[in-house]
Amino acid sequence: MDIFGRLTIDSLPFYSAIAASGAGITVLGALSVMAVITYLSAWRLVLFDWVSSIDHKKIGIMYIMVALVMLMRGFIDAAMMRSQQAIAYNNEGYLPPGHFDQVFSSHGTIMIFFMAMPFLSGLINLIMPQQIGSRDVAFPFMNAISLWLTTAGAGLVLISLVIGKFSTAGWTGYPPYSGSQFTPGVGVDYWLWAVLISGVGSTMTGINFLVTIIKCRAPGMTMLRLPVFTWTVFVTSILMVFAFPSLTVAAGMLVLDRTLDMHFFTNGMGGNMMNYINLFWLWGHPEVYILILPAFGVFSEVVAVFSQKRLFGYISLVLATMAIGFLSFTVWLHHFFTMGSSARVNSFFGTMTTIIAVPTGVKVFDWLFTIYRGRIIFKPPMLFTLGFLVTFTIGGLSGVLLALPPVDYLMHNTTFLIAHFHNVIIPGVLFGYIAGYMFWFPKAFGFNLNEKWGTWSFWCWIIGFYLAFMPLYLLGFLGMPRRMEHYEIAAWQPHLIVAAIGALIIFFGIVCMAVQLIVSIRDRQSALDLTGDPWNGRSLEWATSSPAAPYNFAVLPQVQSVDAWWDMKARGVAYQRPQQYEDITLPKNTFIAAVIGGSAFVFGFAMIWYIWWLAILCLAVIFVSVVVRASDDDSDYIMTAAEVKAIEDERFAQLAKAPKNEMADDPGFAGEPIPEAST
Amino acid sequence: MIVRQAIAYRSLALVIGAALLCGGCSVIDGPVLDPKGPITLAERDLLFKAVAIMMVVIIPVFVMAALFFWRYRGTNRNAKYTPNLAYYWPVEILVWGVPAAIIIWLGIHLWHDTYKLDPYNEIDPSVKQLQVQAIAQDWKWLFVYPEQNIAVVNELVFPAGQPLSIRITSDTVMNSLVIPALAGQIYAMAGMETRLNVLANEPGKFWGRNMQYSGTGFADQQFRAIATTEEDFDAWVDKVKAASGTLDASTYEALAKPSQKVPVTYYSGVEPNLFDSIIAKYSHGDTDRMPATAAHAAPAAEPAAEAAE
Repeated sequence: MDIFGRLTIDSLPFYSAIAASGAGITVLGALSVMAVITYLSAWRLVLFDWVSSIDHKKIGIMYIMVALVMLMRGFIDAAMMRSQQAIAYNNEGYLPPGHFDQVFSSHGTIMIFFMAMPFLSGLINLIMPQQIGSRDVAFPFMNAISLWLTTAGAGLVLISLVIGKFSTAGWTGYPPYSGSQFTPGVGVDYWLWAVLISGVGSTMTGINFLVTIIKCRAPGMTMLRLPVFTWTVFVTSILMVFAFPSLTVAAGMLVLDRTLDMHFFTNGMGGNMMNYINLFWLWGHPEVYILILPAFGVFSEVVAVFSQKRLFGYISLVLATMAIGFLSFTVWLHHFFTMGSSARVNSFFGTMTTIIAVPTGVKVFDWLFTIYRGRIIFKPPMLFTLGFLVTFTIGGLSGVLLALPPVDYLMHNTTFLIAHFHNVIIPGVLFGYIAGYMFWFPKAFGFNLNEKWGTWSFWCWIIGFYLAFMPLYLLGFLGMPRRMEHYEIAAWQPHLIVAAIGALIIFFGIVCMAVQLIVSIRDRQSALDLTGDPWNGRSLEWATSSPAAPYNFAVLPQVQSVDAWWDMKARGVAYQRPQQYEDITLPKNTFIAAVIGGSAFVFGFAMIWYIWWLAILCLAVIFVSVVVRASDDDSDYIMTAAEVKAIEDERFAQLAKAPKNEMADDPGFAGEPIPEAST
Repeated sequence: MIVRQAIAYRSLALVIGAALLCGGCSVIDGPVLDPKGPITLAERDLLFKAVAIMMVVIIPVFVMAALFFWRYRGTNRNAKYTPNLAYYWPVEILVWGVPAAIIIWLGIHLWHDTYKLDPYNEIDPSVKQLQVQAIAQDWKWLFVYPEQNIAVVNELVFPAGQPLSIRITSDTVMNSLVIPALAGQIYAMAGMETRLNVLANEPGKFWGRNMQYSGTGFADQQFRAIATTEEDFDAWVDKVKAASGTLDASTYEALAKPSQKVPVTYYSGVEPNLFDSIIAKYSHGDTDRMPATAAHAAPAAEPAAEAAE
């Protein structure tokens, strides 16, 4: 047996210019990142302060960095599809089918698993512990493992560009097409192992967040005083814990089919592909709520802060979130009304799906009533929120249409479906994450993002979105199927050209975000956030310094109300200096999590290429790492009261110098909180 | 310079405008909004009904959004500002009640229409149906007419006004059979049988295809669906009968191999029980897979539907 398994020199992508340049860009990108680190002589910093860190804030930032890199990669795929379809009327375009199929498969896989999921985990990691007044997540080390497993999965998708090919089975990987009989190469294996490895990470992330919210809240932070963002994280974590195992099982069984020649989902020998489709969507539908609920949470925070008003209908929003979480497990069959289920089954799942529109509608109205009699300040995070409110409603409408089985018979698998889910995922999920990124950026780095470029980015995103996806709705009415590499119907082409223009404008939106980041770093000295509370915030994450100290809170806050920080400011007890500080126990940095993630990456690679000895070796490394960590009784260190006092003294010196509130310069600023009997 | 810019903008606007206009017209004539059969017409009407009822919430959202974003902009100091307004029970009742009422109304229609428009339902039991068996292959559709003992690749011909009952299976990966103007889609899966009932109001030429991505030949996996008059159909059957080739086991083997852009091909005879043998090839006599005992075979249980039978 060959020691390199299936891996040969022919696996390198020199068979096509486009594939080779994709590989070239990937390799160059990796090399240039290394070059920049070397140029800044930052290897020590990168390795010892970041890679080995198990501080939830740094892990959060690293997650978001992974997400932004993968956003670019996923967008390039989208741009390739849009340009191919814009020109491929009655001709083959520039992408052959085999390549086009990889592009749409990797676009979906990347955007869901390696853009949205890390972005979500990143924002939650960064903010949620601070919002509940905690010093860390419940399991900091497991948190780091989750990060590195997710990164390992993302790495497998990236390396598939350089060595071998990616899956052509779409991001859902439906068998029997994804079985070894029809797609024998390594593509589907790349998809499977990327999904499996990152899926394990996501399951652990869910457990971690759930336990953190249950066990690590500050004194007085009852469940009904949690900020709505934390509430959404709570429900999302429950969904993660229950949904991801289903994906892991489905993908694992498909691996067995492909690797050990089993017959769970094959055409013959007793296999049944319908089981995979059920298992996949049993994860897949909760997954879209896993993605969107925290975005709803971000919108809830942003809309209150920038309307300078309390969030309307807190209890309604909490109930709606829980209702959505529960219902999300009862609707998975609507992804395959057309698989021949009886009218009884279809109408049940259709009805359950339309019911989800009720709590979602409640949320939209509650946000609108938060704005009612508020004073809106149009900063970029708020712009994304307002754009979401209007655009998402259209996505909800088309979602209800697709939930009607008879309509779904017509519209399923058409671009109407594509338009629908992009209409909820871009304005709903992605705008939420971008709003969160721009809202909490000062909390992560201690300076504000440039507002002008943020505003530009918003307008490009939203105009680009409408241009790119409204034509796809129309194309659905023309019967255009998804995943068409070329077509012969002339009426489709004008719409596809408009959609390609839309994608171009979205590209400008991404460029504006990049420029915003660069400009903001360059001008950071003029946009420093010295108070830790740049937006006159309402929840506890604004009580910490920006960036927060390793321990977040020198003294755990005493919570007395919803909008805990606002309440403290109103009562005049914010920024109070404690009598004395105490020692704080914090976890030590460790490389073990990164070693486990790195081994998981190599393990995945070995399994994909059938390099069995290497796979066994990697498993052994992971096992030894876990044993070593588990036997380490000295994984924490103590930050003494004196050290804490030094950090806090510096913070209070900074606070004394700082203007009271940065947002006070805005002409729409309504003022600091004033003591007042609550309504 | 400015003039040139203005011209550039104007021509851009013209191009986009023209694109939208011609796009808009074509959408109205598209298969979904301009259906040619009673089933798709009923499906479209449900779509319209649902859009209309949902406007009850959609329009208020748009109006409130526009109004609130403008009126409560921070710089407008004339607008009322109540920073602690966080609960008002009539609003809560409205925001839960109105969407719930709409969903109840919609749910009733959904339930009723899902039974009524179940693709397995015979469209008109009083009329003799035309039986067709559709077999998905990489990357083409094979239609077998068991009563006429003929088979056709990539062309489905049937008389307008006579219900067409299609039994569907796949001899490859999952496919999905659709004729957008006449019938919604249903998946084709190996070792299993699904059904689709089709009726065209008038003679006409339509297109149908596989909607479920199935590999490199997917884009070209389409066929012509031709609804004819009774006489034309008989003439067409005679034409197929006159074709030289027949579809026996070995020709079938050759045909089933992956191939793209296969031209319309006629077979004047078909191996008996071809369709069932393709299913049996994968199901090994597993009766759960057979139509008689499969989940769907339970008759539609809605009282109205039963009364009609």
